[in-house]
Amino acid sequence: MLRLPRDLYSEMVAHCLAGLPDEACGLLVGPYGGEEASHLFVTPNAAASAMVYEIAPQDLLRVDRAAQDLGADIMGVFHSHTHTDAYPSPTDVAQATDPGWHYVLVSLRDTHPVVRSYRIVDGQITEEPVEVPGLGVPGLDLGLGTAAGPSL
Amino acid sequence: MAVEVRLPTVLRQSAGGASVVAVDGATIGEVLGKLVAEYPGMAGQVLTDEGGLHKFVNVYVDDDDVRYLQGLDTPVPDGAEVSILPAVAGG
Repeated sequence: MLRLPRDLYSEMVAHCLAGLPDEACGLLVGPYGGEEASHLFVTPNAAASAMVYEIAPQDLLRVDRAAQDLGADIMGVFHSHTHTDAYPSPTDVAQATDPGWHYVLVSLRDTHPVVRSYRIVDGQITEEPVEVPGLGVPGLDLGLGTAAGPSL
Repeated sequence: MAVEVRLPTVLRQSAGGASVVAVDGATIGEVLGKLVAEYPGMAGQVLTDEGGLHKFVNVYVDDDDVRYLQGLDTPVPDGAEVSILPAVAGG
């Protein structure tokens, strides 16, 4: 599961909307392998494309150093899909280099942004619930088995 | 010269959880070679079988990407910080 404080959730979605027409991206900071992000660092999409995203290594280095100063680590990455569902693409899976990270997708396909999160380990995608305190009802079935991905 | 090598989260498990390790080497190639020799769990993720830099990895000496310097032949000054960074991308 991924827990995102509401201000980080807002900042992430706003960054994705501001990045249109291109994909937007950024990094989640918190305990590596843990559940809750404590900080969000938006980054430019070095690919500047509506189809692919890339975080430039110098931006990654900057965030990694900032995370260390905060006593935390990079524990996930988010990016937007401008026209498709919030589900990892084959490219996303092929380039998911860290099995310990949370992979968050923000779909801007509809007027309502959709945020979903996944673990990607050895090419296997497993969706996980996203909890944003204050949003939704705790314990409510989030209906993760939708058309956008496999049912759990 | 012993240098500090910052490890990305994906490689830390292979180094017993350490985020920074000390490695000897005068060039990036030497430092990385010694790194994978000392932590064999990293083999294949940092260097290719031919000994080149893995395409999903970026290596920095302080604030400079070695791909824009001399690659694996880039000298590592005493006290420099070598950072290994994974490629983060998708579609």
